[in-house]
Amino acid sequence: MAKVSLTVNGKALTAEVEDRTLLVQLLRDVFGLTGTHVGCDTSQCGACVIHLDGRAVKSCTLLAAQADGAAVTTIEGLAVGDELHPVQAAFREHHGLQCGFCTPGMIMSAVDMINRLGGPLDEETIRHELEGNICRCTGYHNIVKAIEAASAQMAGLSQAAE
Amino acid sequence: MYETTYHRPSTLAEAASLFSGASEARFLAGGQTLLPTMKQRLAAPTDLIDLSRLAELKGIEVTADAVTIGAGTTHATVATSAEVARAIPALAKLAGLVGDPAVRHLGTLGGSLANNDPAADYPAAVLGLGATVHTTKRSIAAEEYFQGLFTTALEEGEIITRVSFPIPARADYQKFRHPASRYALTAVFAAQMKDGSIRVAVTGAGSDGVFRAEAIEAALAANPTPSALDGVSIDPAGMLADIHGSAAYRANLVTVMAKRAVGGWAG
Ligand SMILES: Cc1cc2nc3c(=O)[nH]c(=O)nc-3n(C[C@H](O)[C@H](O)[C@H](O)COP(=O)(O)OP(=O)(O)OC[C@H]3O[C@@H](n4cnc5c(N)ncnc54)[C@H](O)[C@@H]3O)c2cc1C
Ligand code: FES
Ligand code: FES
Repeated sequence: MAKVSLTVNGKALTAEVEDRTLLVQLLRDVFGLTGTHVGCDTSQCGACVIHLDGRAVKSCTLLAAQADGAAVTTIEGLAVGDELHPVQAAFREHHGLQCGFCTPGMIMSAVDMINRLGGPLDEETIRHELEGNICRCTGYHNIVKAIEAASAQMAGLSQAAE
Repeated sequence: MYETTYHRPSTLAEAASLFSGASEARFLAGGQTLLPTMKQRLAAPTDLIDLSRLAELKGIEVTADAVTIGAGTTHATVATSAEVARAIPALAKLAGLVGDPAVRHLGTLGGSLANNDPAADYPAAVLGLGATVHTTKRSIAAEEYFQGLFTTALEEGEIITRVSFPIPARADYQKFRHPASRYALTAVFAAQMKDGSIRVAVTGAGSDGVFRAEAIEAALAANPTPSALDGVSIDPAGMLADIHGSAAYRANLVTVMAKRAVGGWAG
Protein backbone atom coordinates (compact mmCIF):
# COMPACT_ATOMS: atom_id res chain seq x y z
CA MET A 1 0.00 0.00 0.00
CA ALA A 2 1.11 3.54 -0.70
CA LYS A 3 0.31 6.63 1.34
CA VAL A 4 -0.41 9.48 -1.07
CA SER A 5 -0.66 13.12 -0.05
CA LEU A 6 -1.84 15.60 -2.64
CA THR A 7 -3.21 19.07 -2.96
CA VAL A 8 -6.39 18.70 -5.00
CA ASN A 9 -8.07 21.89 -6.15
CA GLY A 10 -6.32 23.72 -3.34
CA LYS A 11 -7.26 21.25 -0.60
CA ALA A 12 -4.71 18.96 1.11
CA LEU A 13 -5.89 15.34 0.86
CA THR A 14 -4.30 12.07 1.92
CA ALA A 15 -5.23 8.47 1.12
CA GLU A 16 -3.86 4.98 1.53
CA VAL A 17 -4.12 3.13 -1.81
CA GLU A 18 -2.78 0.02 -3.52
CA ASP A 19 0.46 0.73 -5.36
CA ARG A 20 -1.19 -0.10 -8.70
CA THR A 21 -3.93 2.53 -8.24
CA LEU A 22 -4.12 5.03 -11.09
CA LEU A 23 -4.46 8.70 -10.24
CA VAL A 24 -7.85 8.80 -11.96
CA GLN A 25 -9.11 5.99 -9.71
CA LEU A 26 -7.97 7.89 -6.62
CA LEU A 27 -9.69 11.06 -7.82
CA ARG A 28 -12.96 9.40 -8.77
CA ASP A 29 -13.36 6.44 -6.44
CA VAL A 30 -11.71 7.72 -3.27
CA PHE A 31 -12.09 11.49 -3.45
CA GLY A 32 -15.46 11.37 -5.28
CA LEU A 33 -14.31 13.82 -7.96
CA THR A 34 -16.20 12.17 -10.81
CA GLY A 35 -15.87 15.11 -13.20
CA THR A 36 -12.69 13.52 -14.54
CA HIS A 37 -13.79 10.81 -16.97
CA VAL A 38 -12.32 7.57 -18.28
CA GLY A 39 -13.07 7.03 -21.95
CA CYS A 40 -10.57 4.39 -23.00
CA ASP A 41 -8.02 1.95 -21.67
CA THR A 42 -5.32 2.79 -24.20
CA SER A 43 -4.26 6.29 -23.04
CA GLN A 44 -5.57 7.85 -26.24
CA CYS A 45 -8.86 9.66 -25.60
CA GLY A 46 -7.92 12.43 -23.17
CA ALA A 47 -11.22 12.36 -21.22
CA CYS A 48 -9.11 11.99 -18.05
CA VAL A 49 -6.84 15.02 -18.53
CA ILE A 50 -6.09 16.93 -15.30
CA HIS A 51 -3.30 19.33 -14.36
CA LEU A 52 -0.38 17.93 -12.37
CA ASP A 53 1.72 20.77 -10.98
CA GLY A 54 0.22 22.99 -13.68
CA ARG A 55 0.75 20.72 -16.70
CA ALA A 56 -1.92 18.72 -18.56
CA VAL A 57 -1.44 14.96 -18.11
CA LYS A 58 -3.62 11.89 -18.58
CA SER A 59 -4.63 10.81 -15.08
CA CYS A 60 -5.30 7.27 -16.39
CA THR A 61 -1.62 6.94 -17.29
CA LEU A 62 -0.05 7.93 -14.00
CA LEU A 63 0.02 6.03 -10.72
CA ALA A 64 -1.47 7.79 -7.73
CA ALA A 65 1.81 7.06 -5.95
CA GLN A 66 3.76 8.93 -8.64
CA ALA A 67 1.68 12.03 -7.93
CA ASP A 68 2.53 12.03 -4.22
CA GLY A 69 3.33 15.57 -3.11
CA ALA A 70 1.94 17.17 -6.28
CA ALA A 71 -0.73 19.81 -6.79
CA VAL A 72 -3.62 18.52 -8.88
CA THR A 73 -6.34 20.57 -10.54
CA THR A 74 -9.43 18.83 -11.89
CA ILE A 75 -12.44 20.20 -13.78
CA GLU A 76 -14.13 20.74 -10.39
CA GLY A 77 -11.38 23.19 -9.45
CA LEU A 78 -11.79 25.66 -12.33
CA ALA A 79 -14.91 27.63 -11.44
CA VAL A 80 -14.74 30.23 -8.70
CA GLY A 81 -17.94 29.82 -6.71
CA ASP A 82 -20.79 30.18 -9.18
CA GLU A 83 -18.61 31.88 -11.75
CA LEU A 84 -17.48 29.56 -14.53
CA HIS A 85 -13.89 29.66 -15.77
CA PRO A 86 -13.72 31.60 -19.10
CA VAL A 87 -13.08 28.34 -20.99
CA GLN A 88 -16.10 26.67 -19.37
CA ALA A 89 -18.24 29.72 -20.17
CA ALA A 90 -17.02 29.69 -23.79
CA PHE A 91 -17.90 26.00 -24.21
CA ARG A 92 -21.45 26.82 -23.07
CA GLU A 93 -21.69 29.94 -25.21
CA HIS A 94 -20.37 28.26 -28.40
CA HIS A 95 -22.10 24.92 -27.87
CA GLY A 96 -18.75 23.13 -27.57
CA LEU A 97 -20.33 19.93 -26.31
CA GLN A 98 -23.07 17.48 -27.09
CA CYS A 99 -23.05 14.44 -24.78
CA GLY A 100 -20.39 16.10 -22.63
CA PHE A 101 -18.31 12.99 -22.00
CA CYS A 102 -15.11 14.39 -23.48
CA THR A 103 -15.71 17.89 -22.12
CA PRO A 104 -13.79 17.80 -18.82
CA GLY A 105 -10.66 16.62 -20.65
CA MET A 106 -11.19 19.08 -23.50
CA ILE A 107 -11.49 21.98 -21.07
CA MET A 108 -8.46 20.95 -19.01
CA SER A 109 -6.40 20.62 -22.22
CA ALA A 110 -7.70 23.97 -23.43
CA VAL A 111 -6.77 25.74 -20.20
CA ASP A 112 -3.32 24.12 -20.35
CA MET A 113 -2.67 25.26 -23.93
CA ILE A 114 -3.77 28.82 -23.16
CA ASN A 115 -1.58 28.89 -20.04
CA ARG A 116 1.44 27.61 -21.98
CA LEU A 117 1.08 29.48 -25.26
CA GLY A 118 -0.81 32.60 -24.25
CA GLY A 119 -3.53 33.94 -26.48
CA PRO A 120 -5.28 34.58 -28.68
CA LEU A 121 -4.76 31.18 -30.31
CA ASP A 122 -5.52 30.44 -33.95
CA GLU A 123 -7.48 27.49 -35.26
CA GLU A 124 -4.44 25.57 -36.50
CA THR A 125 -2.66 25.78 -33.15
CA ILE A 126 -5.78 24.72 -31.27
CA ARG A 127 -6.34 21.71 -33.51
CA HIS A 128 -2.71 20.61 -33.17
CA GLU A 129 -2.85 21.04 -29.39
CA LEU A 130 -6.08 19.02 -29.16
CA GLU A 131 -4.55 15.93 -30.76
CA GLY A 132 -4.71 14.02 -27.48
CA ASN A 133 -8.43 14.62 -26.96
CA ILE A 134 -11.06 12.63 -28.81
CA CYS A 135 -14.71 13.68 -29.20
CA ARG A 136 -17.27 11.30 -30.69
CA CYS A 137 -20.06 13.87 -31.02
CA THR A 138 -19.23 17.39 -32.05
CA GLY A 139 -16.90 17.10 -35.02
CA TYR A 140 -14.64 19.45 -33.01
CA HIS A 141 -15.78 22.56 -34.83
CA ASN A 142 -17.51 24.23 -31.90
CA ILE A 143 -14.87 23.05 -29.47
CA VAL A 144 -12.26 24.89 -31.52
CA LYS A 145 -14.50 27.96 -31.74
CA ALA A 146 -14.98 27.95 -27.96
CA ILE A 147 -11.25 27.74 -27.31
CA GLU A 148 -10.54 30.47 -29.87
CA ALA A 149 -13.01 32.76 -28.11
CA ALA A 150 -11.80 31.91 -24.60
CA SER A 151 -8.15 32.37 -25.54
CA ALA A 152 -8.88 35.81 -27.01
CA GLN A 153 -10.92 36.78 -23.98
CA MET A 154 -8.25 35.57 -21.54
CA ALA A 155 -5.51 37.40 -23.47
CA GLY A 156 -7.60 40.54 -23.22
CA LEU A 157 -8.08 40.02 -19.50
CA SER A 158 -4.40 39.48 -18.83
CA GLN A 159 -3.53 42.59 -20.85
CA ALA A 160 -6.09 44.58 -18.89
CA ALA A 161 -4.52 43.35 -15.65
CA GLU A 162 -1.03 44.49 -16.64
CA MET B 1 -3.40 -4.02 -13.94
CA TYR B 2 -1.83 -6.73 -11.82
CA GLU B 3 -0.51 -5.94 -8.36
CA THR B 4 2.90 -4.36 -8.14
CA THR B 5 5.10 -2.62 -5.60
CA TYR B 6 6.10 0.97 -6.25
CA HIS B 7 9.51 2.35 -5.23
CA ARG B 8 10.86 5.87 -5.50
CA PRO B 9 14.65 5.84 -5.13
CA SER B 10 16.45 9.13 -4.66
CA THR B 11 19.68 8.20 -6.44
CA LEU B 12 20.70 6.11 -9.45
CA ALA B 13 22.69 3.81 -7.18
CA GLU B 14 19.63 3.16 -5.05
CA ALA B 15 17.56 2.52 -8.21
CA ALA B 16 20.09 -0.07 -9.39
CA SER B 17 20.17 -1.88 -6.06
CA LEU B 18 16.35 -1.92 -5.78
CA PHE B 19 16.28 -3.44 -9.27
CA SER B 20 18.69 -6.24 -8.47
CA GLY B 21 16.87 -7.00 -5.21
CA ALA B 22 13.47 -7.52 -6.87
CA SER B 23 12.28 -10.60 -8.71
CA GLU B 24 10.87 -8.97 -11.85
CA ALA B 25 11.43 -5.26 -11.67
CA ARG B 26 10.92 -2.60 -14.33
CA PHE B 27 12.06 0.99 -14.31
CA LEU B 28 9.27 3.55 -14.60
CA ALA B 29 10.03 6.91 -16.23
CA GLY B 30 7.13 8.84 -17.83
CA GLY B 31 4.97 5.73 -17.76
CA GLN B 32 3.49 6.62 -21.18
CA THR B 33 4.40 3.24 -22.61
CA LEU B 34 4.81 1.02 -19.56
CA LEU B 35 1.55 1.91 -17.80
CA PRO B 36 -0.67 1.38 -20.90
CA THR B 37 1.09 -1.97 -21.35
CA MET B 38 0.45 -2.90 -17.72
CA LYS B 39 -3.19 -1.81 -17.98
CA GLN B 40 -3.57 -4.25 -20.90
CA ARG B 41 -1.93 -6.90 -18.68
CA LEU B 42 0.79 -7.35 -21.28
CA ALA B 43 3.41 -6.60 -18.63
CA ALA B 44 3.26 -7.54 -14.95
CA PRO B 45 6.37 -6.36 -13.15
CA THR B 46 6.50 -7.26 -9.44
CA ASP B 47 8.26 -3.98 -8.73
CA LEU B 48 8.24 -0.55 -10.36
CA ILE B 49 11.26 1.62 -9.75
CA ASP B 50 10.40 5.24 -10.46
CA LEU B 51 13.23 7.15 -12.14
CA SER B 52 11.18 10.24 -12.91
CA ARG B 53 12.38 12.39 -10.02
CA LEU B 54 16.09 11.58 -10.24
CA ALA B 55 18.04 14.81 -10.68
CA GLU B 56 20.91 12.74 -12.12
CA LEU B 57 18.81 12.04 -15.22
CA LYS B 58 17.76 15.63 -15.90
CA GLY B 59 19.25 18.50 -17.81
CA ILE B 60 20.33 19.68 -21.25
CA GLU B 61 23.91 20.67 -22.02
CA VAL B 62 25.05 22.24 -25.28
CA THR B 63 28.71 22.50 -26.37
CA ALA B 64 30.17 23.54 -29.72
CA ASP B 65 29.87 19.98 -31.03
CA ALA B 66 27.09 18.20 -29.17
CA VAL B 67 23.77 18.46 -27.39
CA THR B 68 23.62 16.16 -24.38
CA ILE B 69 20.21 15.45 -22.89
CA GLY B 70 19.45 13.64 -19.64
CA ALA B 71 17.44 10.44 -20.13
CA GLY B 72 14.75 11.69 -17.75
CA THR B 73 14.08 14.84 -19.77
CA THR B 74 10.51 15.00 -21.06
CA HIS B 75 9.56 15.40 -24.71
CA ALA B 76 7.92 18.75 -23.81
CA THR B 77 11.15 20.05 -22.27
CA VAL B 78 13.18 19.14 -25.37
CA ALA B 79 10.51 20.53 -27.71
CA THR B 80 10.50 23.92 -25.97
CA SER B 81 14.21 24.22 -25.17
CA ALA B 82 15.64 27.34 -26.80
CA GLU B 83 19.13 25.81 -26.57
CA VAL B 84 18.11 22.65 -28.43
CA ALA B 85 16.20 24.71 -31.01
CA ARG B 86 19.31 26.79 -31.66
CA ALA B 87 21.78 23.87 -31.90
CA ILE B 88 19.65 21.15 -33.55
CA PRO B 89 16.26 22.56 -34.57
CA ALA B 90 15.25 19.22 -36.11
CA LEU B 91 15.58 17.55 -32.70
CA ALA B 92 13.30 20.07 -30.98
CA LYS B 93 10.85 19.67 -33.85
CA LEU B 94 10.91 15.87 -33.50
CA ALA B 95 10.23 16.04 -29.75
CA GLY B 96 7.24 18.32 -30.43
CA LEU B 97 5.74 15.73 -32.80
CA VAL B 98 5.69 12.87 -30.27
CA GLY B 99 2.13 11.88 -29.31
CA ASP B 100 0.12 14.78 -27.89
CA PRO B 101 0.74 17.51 -25.29
CA ALA B 102 -0.22 15.36 -22.28
CA VAL B 103 2.04 12.50 -23.43
CA ARG B 104 4.88 14.97 -24.00
CA HIS B 105 4.51 16.37 -20.46
CA LEU B 106 5.45 12.98 -18.96
CA GLY B 107 7.16 10.81 -21.60
CA THR B 108 10.97 10.83 -21.63
CA LEU B 109 13.91 10.39 -23.99
CA GLY B 110 15.26 7.44 -21.99
CA GLY B 111 11.91 5.66 -21.91
CA SER B 112 11.46 6.03 -25.64
CA LEU B 113 14.93 4.64 -26.40
CA ALA B 114 14.69 1.78 -23.90
CA ASN B 115 11.39 0.74 -25.43
CA ASN B 116 12.59 1.06 -29.07
CA ASP B 117 9.15 0.90 -30.63
CA PRO B 118 9.58 0.49 -34.43
CA ALA B 119 7.34 3.55 -34.95
CA ALA B 120 8.89 5.78 -32.26
CA ASP B 121 10.47 9.11 -33.14
CA TYR B 122 13.64 9.43 -31.06
CA PRO B 123 15.38 6.37 -32.54
CA ALA B 124 15.43 8.22 -35.89
CA ALA B 125 17.33 11.16 -34.39
CA VAL B 126 19.73 8.94 -32.45
CA LEU B 127 20.63 6.89 -35.52
CA GLY B 128 20.31 9.83 -37.93
CA LEU B 129 22.87 11.88 -36.00
CA GLY B 130 25.06 8.99 -34.86
CA ALA B 131 24.38 9.82 -31.21
CA THR B 132 25.93 8.06 -28.22
CA VAL B 133 23.73 6.45 -25.55
CA HIS B 134 25.33 6.71 -22.11
CA THR B 135 24.25 4.27 -19.42
CA THR B 136 25.11 3.39 -15.83
CA LYS B 137 27.58 0.86 -17.27
CA ARG B 138 29.03 2.21 -20.55
CA SER B 139 28.61 4.33 -23.67
CA ILE B 140 26.92 2.74 -26.66
CA ALA B 141 27.12 3.98 -30.27
CA ALA B 142 23.77 4.33 -32.05
CA GLU B 143 24.72 1.63 -34.58
CA GLU B 144 25.19 -0.92 -31.79
CA TYR B 145 22.34 0.28 -29.61
CA PHE B 146 19.34 -0.61 -31.79
CA GLN B 147 18.98 -4.36 -32.30
CA GLY B 148 15.55 -4.89 -33.82
CA LEU B 149 11.90 -4.51 -32.79
CA PHE B 150 11.68 -3.50 -29.12
CA THR B 151 15.23 -4.80 -28.72
CA THR B 152 18.30 -2.84 -27.64
CA ALA B 153 21.83 -3.40 -26.39
CA LEU B 154 20.70 -2.63 -22.81
CA GLU B 155 21.34 -5.37 -20.27
CA GLU B 156 19.16 -6.26 -17.27
CA GLY B 157 19.17 -3.38 -14.81
CA GLU B 158 21.19 -1.05 -17.04
CA ILE B 159 19.87 2.51 -16.94
CA ILE B 160 20.21 5.07 -19.74
CA THR B 161 21.57 8.23 -18.13
CA ARG B 162 21.97 10.62 -21.06
CA VAL B 163 22.31 10.84 -24.82
CA SER B 164 24.86 12.94 -26.74
CA PHE B 165 23.73 14.13 -30.15
CA PRO B 166 26.47 15.51 -32.46
CA ILE B 167 25.44 18.88 -33.89
CA PRO B 168 25.03 18.54 -37.68
CA ALA B 169 25.62 21.18 -40.32
CA ARG B 170 21.97 20.83 -41.27
CA ALA B 171 19.16 18.39 -40.57
CA ASP B 172 15.43 17.93 -40.74
CA TYR B 173 12.82 15.46 -39.55
CA GLN B 174 9.74 14.66 -41.60
CA LYS B 175 7.04 12.50 -40.07
CA PHE B 176 4.04 10.97 -41.79
CA ARG B 177 1.87 10.48 -38.73
CA HIS B 178 -0.72 7.83 -38.23
CA PRO B 179 -3.73 10.11 -37.71
CA ALA B 180 -5.17 8.17 -34.76
CA SER B 181 -2.17 6.87 -32.83
CA ARG B 182 0.11 9.75 -33.88
CA TYR B 183 3.07 7.36 -34.11
CA ALA B 184 5.12 7.45 -37.30
CA LEU B 185 3.71 5.49 -40.22
CA THR B 186 7.04 6.41 -41.78
CA ALA B 187 9.38 9.19 -40.75
CA VAL B 188 12.84 10.22 -41.89
CA PHE B 189 15.63 12.06 -40.08
CA ALA B 190 18.13 13.33 -42.64
CA ALA B 191 21.35 15.11 -41.69
CA GLN B 192 24.48 16.46 -43.27
CA MET B 193 27.19 16.36 -40.63
CA LYS B 194 29.88 19.02 -40.23
CA ASP B 195 32.39 16.84 -42.12
CA GLY B 196 29.98 16.75 -45.09
CA SER B 197 28.87 13.15 -44.59
CA ILE B 198 25.20 12.27 -45.00
CA ARG B 199 23.11 10.24 -42.56
CA VAL B 200 19.49 9.26 -43.23
CA ALA B 201 17.58 7.23 -40.64
CA VAL B 202 14.07 5.85 -41.12
CA THR B 203 11.54 4.93 -38.42
CA GLY B 204 8.06 3.45 -38.66
CA ALA B 205 8.82 1.56 -41.85
CA GLY B 206 11.46 -1.10 -41.28
CA SER B 207 10.51 -4.61 -40.16
CA ASP B 208 13.62 -4.61 -37.94
CA GLY B 209 12.93 -1.16 -36.53
CA VAL B 210 14.91 2.00 -37.22
CA PHE B 211 17.46 1.75 -40.06
CA ARG B 212 19.78 3.83 -42.23
CA ALA B 213 18.67 4.17 -45.85
CA GLU B 214 21.96 3.57 -47.63
CA ALA B 215 20.69 4.07 -51.18
CA ILE B 216 19.35 7.48 -50.19
CA GLU B 217 22.56 8.39 -48.36
CA ALA B 218 24.63 7.48 -51.44
CA ALA B 219 22.44 9.54 -53.77
CA LEU B 220 22.63 12.54 -51.44
CA ALA B 221 26.39 12.20 -51.02
CA ALA B 222 26.71 12.74 -54.79
CA ASN B 223 24.15 15.54 -54.87
CA PRO B 224 22.62 16.81 -51.62
CA THR B 225 19.34 18.11 -53.06
CA PRO B 226 15.81 16.65 -53.11
CA SER B 227 15.95 15.99 -56.86
CA ALA B 228 18.84 13.56 -56.30
CA LEU B 229 16.22 11.17 -54.89
CA ASP B 230 13.95 11.22 -57.96
CA GLY B 231 15.13 7.86 -59.24
CA VAL B 232 15.81 6.21 -55.88
CA SER B 233 13.46 3.43 -54.85
CA ILE B 234 13.48 1.41 -51.64
CA ASP B 235 13.00 -2.36 -51.64
CA PRO B 236 9.65 -3.23 -50.00
CA ALA B 237 11.13 -6.55 -48.84
CA GLY B 238 12.40 -5.14 -45.55
CA MET B 239 9.32 -3.03 -44.79
CA LEU B 240 6.57 -3.43 -42.20
CA ALA B 241 3.09 -4.19 -43.51
CA ASP B 242 -0.14 -3.86 -41.54
CA ILE B 243 -3.71 -2.58 -41.91
CA HIS B 244 -2.38 0.97 -41.95
CA GLY B 245 -0.07 0.56 -44.92
CA SER B 246 1.47 -2.10 -47.15
CA ALA B 247 5.20 -2.69 -47.51
CA ALA B 248 5.18 -1.04 -50.94
CA TYR B 249 3.34 1.99 -49.57
CA ARG B 250 5.87 2.42 -46.76
CA ALA B 251 8.81 1.90 -49.14
CA ASN B 252 7.47 4.72 -51.29
CA LEU B 253 6.92 6.91 -48.22
CA VAL B 254 10.59 6.52 -47.24
CA THR B 255 11.71 8.29 -50.43
CA VAL B 256 8.93 10.88 -50.20
CA MET B 257 9.74 11.76 -46.57
CA ALA B 258 13.49 11.78 -47.28
CA LYS B 259 12.92 14.25 -50.13
CA ARG B 260 10.89 16.50 -47.86
CA ALA B 261 13.55 16.29 -45.15
CA VAL B 262 16.29 17.32 -47.58
CA GLY B 263 13.97 20.05 -48.81
CA GLY B 264 13.82 21.19 -45.18
CA TRP B 265 17.60 21.72 -45.09
CA ALA B 266 17.27 24.98 -46.97
CA GLY B 267 14.97 26.62 -44.45
C1 LIG C 1 -1.28 8.25 -26.83
C2 LIG C 1 0.20 8.06 -27.00
C3 LIG C 1 0.81 8.47 -28.17
C4 LIG C 1 2.18 8.30 -28.35
N1 LIG C 1 2.72 8.71 -29.54
C5 LIG C 1 4.05 8.55 -29.73
C6 LIG C 1 4.66 9.01 -30.93
O1 LIG C 1 4.03 9.58 -31.81
N2 LIG C 1 5.99 8.80 -31.08
C7 LIG C 1 6.76 8.22 -30.11
O2 LIG C 1 7.95 8.10 -30.29
N3 LIG C 1 6.21 7.81 -28.96
C8 LIG C 1 4.88 7.96 -28.74
N4 LIG C 1 4.34 7.54 -27.56
C9 LIG C 1 5.21 6.92 -26.54
C10 LIG C 1 5.88 7.99 -25.68
O3 LIG C 1 6.84 8.68 -26.43
C11 LIG C 1 6.54 7.40 -24.44
O4 LIG C 1 6.78 8.48 -23.61
C12 LIG C 1 7.87 6.71 -24.62
O5 LIG C 1 7.81 5.73 -25.60
C13 LIG C 1 8.29 6.02 -23.33
O6 LIG C 1 8.82 6.96 -22.45
P1 LIG C 1 8.38 6.98 -20.94
O7 LIG C 1 9.29 7.93 -20.26
O8 LIG C 1 6.94 7.23 -20.84
O9 LIG C 1 8.78 5.51 -20.44
P2 LIG C 1 8.03 4.40 -19.59
O10 LIG C 1 6.73 4.07 -20.16
O11 LIG C 1 8.07 4.79 -18.16
O12 LIG C 1 9.04 3.21 -19.81
C14 LIG C 1 9.17 2.55 -21.06
C15 LIG C 1 10.25 1.47 -20.96
O13 LIG C 1 11.54 2.06 -20.83
C16 LIG C 1 12.20 1.62 -19.64
N5 LIG C 1 12.97 2.78 -19.18
C17 LIG C 1 12.48 4.03 -18.93
N6 LIG C 1 13.48 4.88 -18.65
C18 LIG C 1 14.64 4.16 -18.72
C19 LIG C 1 16.02 4.49 -18.53
N7 LIG C 1 16.43 5.75 -18.23
N8 LIG C 1 16.93 3.51 -18.68
C20 LIG C 1 16.53 2.24 -19.00
N9 LIG C 1 15.26 1.87 -19.18
C21 LIG C 1 14.32 2.83 -19.05
C22 LIG C 1 11.09 1.15 -18.74
O14 LIG C 1 11.53 0.18 -17.83
C23 LIG C 1 10.10 0.57 -19.74
O15 LIG C 1 10.48 -0.72 -20.10
C24 LIG C 1 2.98 7.70 -27.33
C25 LIG C 1 2.37 7.31 -26.14
C26 LIG C 1 1.00 7.47 -25.96
C27 LIG C 1 0.36 7.05 -24.66
S1 FES D 1 -9.11 7.64 -20.16
FE1 FES D 1 -8.61 7.73 -22.28
S2 FES D 1 -6.70 8.75 -22.20
FE2 FES D 1 -7.16 8.54 -20.12
S1 FES E 1 -19.40 15.81 -26.68
FE1 FES E 1 -19.74 13.68 -26.72
S2 FES E 1 -17.72 12.91 -26.84
FE2 FES E 1 -17.41 15.00 -27.07
